[in-house]
Order: sequence, then structure tokens, then C-alpha cells
Amino acid sequence: MKWELVIGLETHVQLATRSKMFSGSATAFGAEPNAQADAVDLALPGVLPVPNRQAVAYAVRFGLAVGATIARRSWFARKNYFYPDLPKGYQISQYENPVVQGGQLTVMVEGHPIVVPLTRAHLEEDAGKSVHDAFHGRTGIDLNRAGTPLLEIVTEPTMRSVAEAVAYARTLHRWVTWIGICDGNMQEGSFRCDANVSVRPLGQTALGTRCEIKNLNSFRFMERAIQHEFERQVECLEQGLTIAQETRLYDPDRDETRAMRSKENAQDYRYFPDPDQLPLCIDDAWIEAERARLPELPDALMQRLQDHYGLSAYDAGLLCASRAWADYFLRLVGDGTIEAKLAANWMTGDLAAALKRAGYEIEHSPVAAEQLAALLRRIGDGTLSGKMAKELFEVLWQEGGDVDRVIEARGLSQVSDAGVLEAMIDGLIAEHPEQVAEYRGGKEKVFGFFVGRAMKASGGRANPVQLNALLQRKLKG
Amino acid sequence: MDLNRSSLKVLAEGLRTGAFSSVELTSAYLDRIEAQRDLGCFITLDRERSLDQARRADQRLAQGNAGPLTGIPVAHKDIFCASGWLTTCGSRMLSNFVAPYDAHVIERFNQAGAVILGKTNMDEFAMGSSNETSFFGPVRNPWDTARVPGGSSGGSAAAVAARLAPLATATDTGGSIRQPAALCGISGLKPTYGRVSRYGMIAYASSLDQGGVMAPSAADLALGLTAMAGFDARDATSVQRPDEDFAAQLGRPLEGLRIGLPRQYFGSGIEADVARCIEEALKVYESLGARRVDIDLSYSDQSVPVYYVLAPAEASSNLSRYDGVRYGWRAAQYDDLEDMVTRSRSEGFGAEVKRRILTGTYVLSRGYYDAYYLQAQRVRRLIQQDFLRAFEHCDVIMGPTAPTTAFPFGAKGGDPVQMYLSDIFTIGVNLAGLPGMSIPAGFDGAGLPVGLQIIAPHFAEALLLGVADRYQRETDWHDRVPALNGGQV
Repeated sequence: MKWELVIGLETHVQLATRSKMFSGSATAFGAEPNAQADAVDLALPGVLPVPNRQAVAYAVRFGLAVGATIARRSWFARKNYFYPDLPKGYQISQYENPVVQGGQLTVMVEGHPIVVPLTRAHLEEDAGKSVHDAFHGRTGIDLNRAGTPLLEIVTEPTMRSVAEAVAYARTLHRWVTWIGICDGNMQEGSFRCDANVSVRPLGQTALGTRCEIKNLNSFRFMERAIQHEFERQVECLEQGLTIAQETRLYDPDRDETRAMRSKENAQDYRYFPDPDQLPLCIDDAWIEAERARLPELPDALMQRLQDHYGLSAYDAGLLCASRAWADYFLRLVGDGTIEAKLAANWMTGDLAAALKRAGYEIEHSPVAAEQLAALLRRIGDGTLSGKMAKELFEVLWQEGGDVDRVIEARGLSQVSDAGVLEAMIDGLIAEHPEQVAEYRGGKEKVFGFFVGRAMKASGGRANPVQLNALLQRKLKG
Repeated sequence: MDLNRSSLKVLAEGLRTGAFSSVELTSAYLDRIEAQRDLGCFITLDRERSLDQARRADQRLAQGNAGPLTGIPVAHKDIFCASGWLTTCGSRMLSNFVAPYDAHVIERFNQAGAVILGKTNMDEFAMGSSNETSFFGPVRNPWDTARVPGGSSGGSAAAVAARLAPLATATDTGGSIRQPAALCGISGLKPTYGRVSRYGMIAYASSLDQGGVMAPSAADLALGLTAMAGFDARDATSVQRPDEDFAAQLGRPLEGLRIGLPRQYFGSGIEADVARCIEEALKVYESLGARRVDIDLSYSDQSVPVYYVLAPAEASSNLSRYDGVRYGWRAAQYDDLEDMVTRSRSEGFGAEVKRRILTGTYVLSRGYYDAYYLQAQRVRRLIQQDFLRAFEHCDVIMGPTAPTTAFPFGAKGGDPVQMYLSDIFTIGVNLAGLPGMSIPAGFDGAGLPVGLQIIAPHFAEALLLGVADRYQRETDWHDRVPALNGGQV
């Protein structure tokens, strides 16, 4: 039997606010345990939650970016369960009427676009962390993360392959970082995916029983976890067993998923509207203000790079890998003096390679867009040969500096002065009458001898195009 | 001059003119509290801490930048977190909890230069109508120490009635200010929901809880409310409004005032003496130029069942934080994490609190939510609309605060529903978010006080206080003080 894989993803995006969802504590990663937990985060008696406007603004911005409906009135709800790292005994989330409803994301899968419809995106607070390895035989609680704002983005179950799921996750990652609502740091947990996975016989319309796989904190783990889960479910079904609806945890060390809790043991979270808060009201003025803060979105920019700059879809895609890449490119070609294709080649070639070698993100590139622009300008006007440009780039990367000063100081400019080149060639012809005679007698290989001598004489700086043209004319006599 | 029987205005004047100091005034009250320990009004007293504050108030008075409450000792219900004070909420669960921060209400009184006199006894987590559920023992009604003071703010009410404090804070979720005020023969005000910040006020039922004040008279309440009311950004339900002078309508003429009398508040089940006192109070109002208007609060019989779905639902979630992990009571012996939480909560909470947590958990459970919680929310809206419609025909609503006067200890212990019915006339006001008061309106045959409830439209506290004050200029019920053992008044 042919089996079809069905995937829906739920992604917890940590919003890049300075303070928490309902308290004034800082959200910075990596502080001493419990240093960033105030009375509200500790759930002392009598404290109350006040929603973070910036987090709401980010949710609105996301909704606008994916063409969703922004709920003018939405509600925070309490999700009740006991856990030591959940100080209030409930998590404030949204249940009915989330702030973002619907929307979609277009995702390129192996060169073809697919549309992934979104169900909703809702605001909620993160829980703290139980620390099991710090004290022997005891569990520590770190509430620094408790109350951190999250946007949980839920797709419809429309993805049909591992590649689609991964491509969606990568695209979503790009979008949330692009619009500036998330730092995208997956190691620090700023972008965490859970996958709902089910299988069904190909052609069947009813969905199979799904399992939720948690803890997919890298794209590679996601790929492997979903693939494994697919194989596990198919194997089960082919043995005539049924799939139990359950939550499974991916263990990257053993490369397998294992059951965490089954549906039968599922908690009744007793959701109800949080009575400590009024409905979250978002008016048109606020929505328009957030719309104005949206940058040009990746899809639109990709189109513009093709239409306006004449780049290929492939190059445009590479340059829109992140907002930082796109910004770098736009700064590079900003004043219109640099050919877009040249700029794109340098970014995807030398710059990308250097960044990768050094392990830097482009926003920390030692060679700023303005420096690279100056370099490209000197290629354009013939000052630099390709080889020299690479050499100069290396210098800029290592030591920095002003492009023209480095050219000057290191003598990196090409000799393109026709008078200088002609005088040099005349000298060579006068010095080597035998070779001139051989060339004129039809031994064209001797041409290379003159090029070599001229380059040597110029210290490698002779403009090769000009040199060739002049040599040919002079040698032919 | 009798420091324990003077109005706030007189006390403030005495402090300002130097007739006595705040240290002397505070000491006088602390001594009186000491002499009346058997009433059980206070959970925590801290003479040194109080006198320290009094000394600072005296400095401020000497510097001449005193406000109307500077140097005045105020008793606070033990539901308000006060930095450095044991703050128990009447529960074993918080019997070891020293608050590390001040509630907004405490902050406001501190800023005004008032002195924290002590923390008053209360029903556990404000759940009760007799103060019998406190982990720290009962409060006795100063008018008859064999009887309850009402609840949940029983300690504050009895303290004011016995003149152990000139002013006390309290909270009201279903009648917890008005009912004990009525049973103890004092004045009590529950403001409009959102008027007083809930920050630092330990939550029972968040959508109903509201802080308020207790004092002998409406004029004193006006001063107390002015100190504690006001916007607080830390409470998302706090209402931002321009500052208001709550004393502005004190002594106002009542010519033409329309008093709405809900049919449902004058039916059967009311003690004859209570009915008689209310009728006499209405006659006083008529003599002052007010007139009666019959109104209909047709859903008022639903208010008790609606309340006992919604309040426990919210409480079941609000009290989840007491798990023994970070603070509060933790069981000495346990097997594992779940056992620790279970035992800590089983030991830390009393029977009434457990009953409401269980009820609340049940009504929020899958399969019951729609039938109970959602349905109760719908009826709550109808009850609100009832009131709003009624206020199209009247300026204030009046009736008895409670159907009976103070009852003996244990009288309703066996039947929670009988206990719940003590609040039958007060709960609707909380469900509708309205301001309400109880003022003394006479005594029954046994010499127990009767309370008149006055209800006003949202944010009409000034009107409410004016209407109450005008009556108190005609009557002296609010000046009557119980005779106490060991300390004649």
C-alpha cells in the first residue's frame, strides 16, 4: 500500500521584546538562574499580569505579514495544570479568539511554490525550566524563562512531505526574523517546532490518528524526526496495529521518537478567560501603525530584485535568505553605480565564503556593504583586476580600511594609462627583436612571452585587457 | 478627649494642632487592642513597627506637610500584602508568608502617612460569611461575643465596631465588606470594580474582588476611599479616571432623590426586626425629601447560584499557585513531587477553601464548562442589565444588607448553602461591578445591629457617601458602641 504523510506544524516563536509577556522582568538569555524573575514571575500572592504592548504589536505585525485577520477583540485564557516550573499553576495563553486568525505562507519546495495555510497565531507566556542535573538527587527551578512572550503559530495539516515541512519551517524562520519579531536563535530556544504527524492510505480523505512530536529545535532534527515518525507509523499500520494518539519526544542522540504521554492521560486544562485582564482590544489605528512598521516582505523583495535589478530568481532567492542579506545587497547597489549582477556574484561568492569560513553572520561582516561597494566600483572603472579585487577584499577582511587608501598604499591599482603601457611595450619590442621576428613569422605562442614580460615589468598591475590590445597592435607592426 | 471614639476629622485636627501625637494615638489604639485580644480581631500586631511609622508621621506633622490621614492608625485586612508584615490571608497555607512588597492600597496609605496598626483576621482566603473559616480562630462580634461578626472581613468589622481602629481596609467579593459591617453595626463601602487596585490584594475571585473601607461613619469612609482609590498600571482592570473628591456630596440635600426598592429584597426570609429597621430608615429618607420607587431585579434570585459557580471557578485557578514549591506551607513528609504538592495543599487549606476549589475545578472541567461556567456568565450579564435598567428609574437602590442579624457560632456550620444565603442581597452588586454600602440602621430586639444597604450606579461613590452621610446626620446608630468586657467604652 502507498502511504501518504500528513504534517501540521506548531511553532513557538519567542518574541524579541525587552520585557516579559505580563511582567517587567528582562528576557535576556543566559542570566544567573532566577535573576530575571520578579514578584509577578514568581507568582507571589497578590500579583497581577499586565500584557506587554510590544508583544501584542509583534503579533499584529506577524498577522499582517501573512495576510491574516487581526482580531479586534481577543481574550487571554488560563490553561491550568500543576508543574513546579509553572509558578501560577496556570499558563496565560489564548484559547478561543486568538489575536491572529488565518493567513498563509508561500514556501518554495525544490524550486516549486506551495501555499501553507495558517490556522492561527496566539500570544502566550513561556514556562520556567526544571534543572535536573545541577543538584544531586534534587531538581532546581529556574524561572528566568517564565513569562517570556511567545507567539504560537499553527498551520493547517496540509504538508505532505518532510521536505515541505522543513521548507515551511525555514521560511517561517526567515519571515519572523525578517519582520524583526524574533531573534531566530534556535540553540537558545527562540524558535521551537512541534510537528503533528499522521499517515493515511494514499487517496483516503479522512486523516489518520496523529502524534505530536515535540522538541524539534533544529531543522535537521525536524527532518529526521518526522521521517522516523512516518516510518514508525507506517510500520505499525502495516503490522495491523493502530496508532495511539500521543505526544512523543524526539531524542536526537538515539535518533528516535518515544512516547511522552498518551491521549488517555491527557490533562483537562480547564481553559477559561483570564479574569485578571480585560479583552485585548486592537483598533484600526494600531493595526495601521504596525502595517507602517512592516519592512518590504521577502516575496515582494524577491520579485523586485528580479524585475528591477535583473537578477535571476535563484540569485534573488539567495539574497533574500535573510533580512540582513537583503539589506546588505540593497546598501551595496543603493546609489545605482554598481552593477547588480556583479554585486550579487560577490555576495554569494567571496563574501559568503569568507563569512562561512569565519563563522560570522552577515550583520557582523568585517567588510561593510559600503566598503564592498567601493571595491566593486574600482572593478567597474578598471582600477582593479579580478585578482587584485580578491586580494583587496582579503586585506579589507583582515585589516579593514578605506578602499582607495589600501589600493594606494599597497599599489593594487591596475596600470591602464595607455601612454605608460605603450612606452613599456615599445621598450620590450626594442629589447627582444628575435622574439618579435618569431611572432611576426607566425609563431603566435610568443605572444604569451610578451604578456609575461609586460606583467613582470608592471609589477602585475598592467590592465590585462588593455595590455593585450596594445601588444597585438604593436607586435603586428 | 476620647481618642478611640473620635472621627477621623477630629483625630486629624488633634494631630495637626499637636493636641496629641501619632505615637500617642497609635499607642492608645494598640493598648485597647491588647485589652480586647479575646475578640480575635487581629492576626498580626507589631507594636515597634507601628510606632516607628507613627514617629515618622509625627516628623511629617511637625514639618507641616501632613495630609488628612497622616498619623492616623489604620487596620488592614490580612489579604493586603504589606512589606515586612506576615500576610496570611487567614490561611495556614500562608501562615509563614512575610510579604516582600506592598499592595497598591498599602502603598497609598503609606504615602498618606497613615500608620499600619495591624493585620486583621478574616475568613480563609476571604471565603466565608462568618469569619469561622480563619486558620487563626474566630472573630467575636463585639455586640455579642457568642455571635459571629460576619465575613469575610470579620476582623476589620469587629475592630472598627469595638473602636480598636478608626479606619480599616477590607475586601468584598460577594458581600465581605457590607455583610460584616451590617452585623457589627458600622459603615462599610465596597467601591466600583476597578476603582481600587487589586495589586497586592490576594486574589479570591478576580472578576469580583474589590478593596474597600470600613469606619464608623460615611464621612470617615470618604477620607479612606480618597486615600486608596486611583489608577494603578499594575492592575489591568484598574480604571483610569480623573481624581475625584469623594467627600464632595457629604451633607447633600436629598430633595427629589429616587430610592429604588427591589421587590426581591423585601420578600420572605427577612427577619421581622431587620424589615422594621429598614422601613424606619426609609421613613427617615422620605422625611428628608426622598421618594420610593418600586423596581424589579428579576434575576436576583439567580445571584447566589451564579456567584457560587463563578467565584469558585476563578478561585480554583487563583489558588493553584499555593503548591509549596516557592513559599508558603510545605508538608514535612512526602514521597515525590506530586505527593509534596498534594500533601502541602491538603494540609495548608481548610475545608471551605477545599470545597470551593473542588467546585470550581468541577465547573471548569471538560463537559461541564458550558452548562455551568458559561451559563453563569450569561446570567451574570442579565443581572448586570437588571441593575442598569433599574437605575433608569432611580438614583440609588436600598434594602437590607443581610436577611438576619449576627448569628451564633456554629449556627450555619453544617450547611454551606444556609451560610451562602447570608449574602443573598450583597452578591448581585459584585456581579454587576457596582458600588455598595452598608450603614447602621438600628438594632433588633436582642440589641444586635441591622445594616441598610445602599447601591449606586458605577463610579457614583460620591453620591453613595452623600446619601449615607445625610442619614447619619439625622440618626446616631453609627455612633453607638458596644459595651465591652474589661474596657468600658
